[in-house]
Amino acid sequence: MKYTEKAIVLECDEIGTRIFSLRLRTEHIAAAALPGQFVSVYANDSARLLPRPISICEADPKSGVLRLVFRIAGQGTKEFSQLKPGESVKITGPLGNGFPVDAARGKRVFAIGGGIGIPPMLELSKRLTEDGQDVTAVLGFRDELILLEDFPCRTVIATEDGSRGTKGNVLDAIREIDLDADVIYACGPIPMLRALKEYASARETECWLSMEEKMACGIGACLSCVCSSTKIDEHSRVRNKRVCTEGPVFLSTEIIL
Amino acid sequence: MTHNMSVDLCGVRLKNPVMTASGTFGSGAEFSEFFDLNRLGAVVTKGVASTPWEGNPTPRICETPSGMLNAIGLQNPGFEVFAGRDLKFLEETLLPDEEPAEEGSLALSSGMTGTKVVVNVCGHSEEEYLDCVEKLSGERRVDFLEINISCPNVREGGIAFGTDPKGVERITAAVRKAARQPVIMKLSPNVTSIAEIARAAEAGGADALSLINTLTGMKIDVERRTFALANRTGGLSGPAIHPVAVRMVYECAKAVRIPVIGMGGIRTAEDALEMIMAGATAVSVGTVSFHDQRAALGVIDGIEDYLERHCVPDVRDLIGCVR
Repeated sequence: MKYTEKAIVLECDEIGTRIFSLRLRTEHIAAAALPGQFVSVYANDSARLLPRPISICEADPKSGVLRLVFRIAGQGTKEFSQLKPGESVKITGPLGNGFPVDAARGKRVFAIGGGIGIPPMLELSKRLTEDGQDVTAVLGFRDELILLEDFPCRTVIATEDGSRGTKGNVLDAIREIDLDADVIYACGPIPMLRALKEYASARETECWLSMEEKMACGIGACLSCVCSSTKIDEHSRVRNKRVCTEGPVFLSTEIIL
Repeated sequence: MTHNMSVDLCGVRLKNPVMTASGTFGSGAEFSEFFDLNRLGAVVTKGVASTPWEGNPTPRICETPSGMLNAIGLQNPGFEVFAGRDLKFLEETLLPDEEPAEEGSLALSSGMTGTKVVVNVCGHSEEEYLDCVEKLSGERRVDFLEINISCPNVREGGIAFGTDPKGVERITAAVRKAARQPVIMKLSPNVTSIAEIARAAEAGGADALSLINTLTGMKIDVERRTFALANRTGGLSGPAIHPVAVRMVYECAKAVRIPVIGMGGIRTAEDALEMIMAGATAVSVGTVSFHDQRAALGVIDGIEDYLERHCVPDVRDLIGCVR
């Protein structure tokens, strides 16, 4: 079930350079949200017509609080960054499929996030940890660290400049710690996802990747946000899948990167 | 005071003049999670071809001030899946017309008009259009065909058919001959004289016209120093194009005797009423549905409010009232 709501802003804080943490009180969305799902956030200025898809960083079903962490990428996200407590913002969600958490049961898990792909890995790590699963969050940063203290599980860090953790990317960090996983969940830039797809394929590891694409409707109607699929898709009947509906999370072997 | 909201579109009654716009509404299933489709005058489906089309590479869209560019490239699952899944969904979801209660009968039947189905048809060639039109002729739940001769985002078909008056007349006549349902020709604004194209479609036997499709545009991503869309150009839609659309609806409505369906940037009831007063018999609400899933309902309610406020008994009194 998808909901369109006026969510109430509880706080909006800058937690990194141009990166904001927005906590919203929602009526239904936080309670219904799964890790890896996203919401469409609408600008109050209707000259900015299209909703911005933003992944869910945390969702507390009890309090109804939803946390979104996003980077300012343009005028829409800039508007969201200026939201004040008490103001409202229209959102639709939860959208997309989310990470299949059941696939992790009894297995060693890597939750891998790169850059602004880190936020969705937080709710995933929390749920898996609560569930008693063996999770290692592998987090790749350029230089500035975000959200690190919020992770409830073992964390492994890579920074491009080597200021913390392994110097390099998430795969460099994985090789350095010499850990292995049976299931990989990941979100981040395409080159990172591509490298993980290869890594998982070589080791025959189950690997779930969260994709990003420009969206218009966010609910599966407009066919803007497709990605290439290896096989004919059940819904589209061609070799592509809707990121907003069949995704954003895909098995690495289902998609072409 | 009760107001009549229903209009007559080539002999078929619409419960109200508000439809969706092709390509912005899928086949309605996704939006049915947000509102009851039975409130619409008609659902207009995304374009369907006789076989599945893959569409264009991504990025397929970008936002522009009060609008957006798209180059989806008419991705569609092909007629068979469309009929078996999408049309089936509409058949199951939309209530049929109710017979009016017989005089003296105590039956509660209201004679309510059901929401109509307009299927948008695309093709790479005349043969492909005709193939799809023939297949749709057997589908009882299809009330109208809308022929897309104006898509700017595919190399073959689409707009190639819609910019030359002789070509428009020829394909209209061929489709008219093959079709069992009323034929709406969807016109491109990317022409020197849209009234001339409108007259050509009428001469070819079109039952109605719908306009405007998107205006061809381009956006450059200056950070990446390349085109914002993989297709380089795309179709501009949204409130930014509304005044252009109103002008073209006005010109076409004056040029032909067949009904015109107005679309292009409608966001509010006021925008829709502009189209109706310029001569449109019905209107389509499109891109704004991306901003507000229930936007079409707001337009319907707003038109009713207007009739109330201005003591207009019948929405049809407003069609073409500005000359």
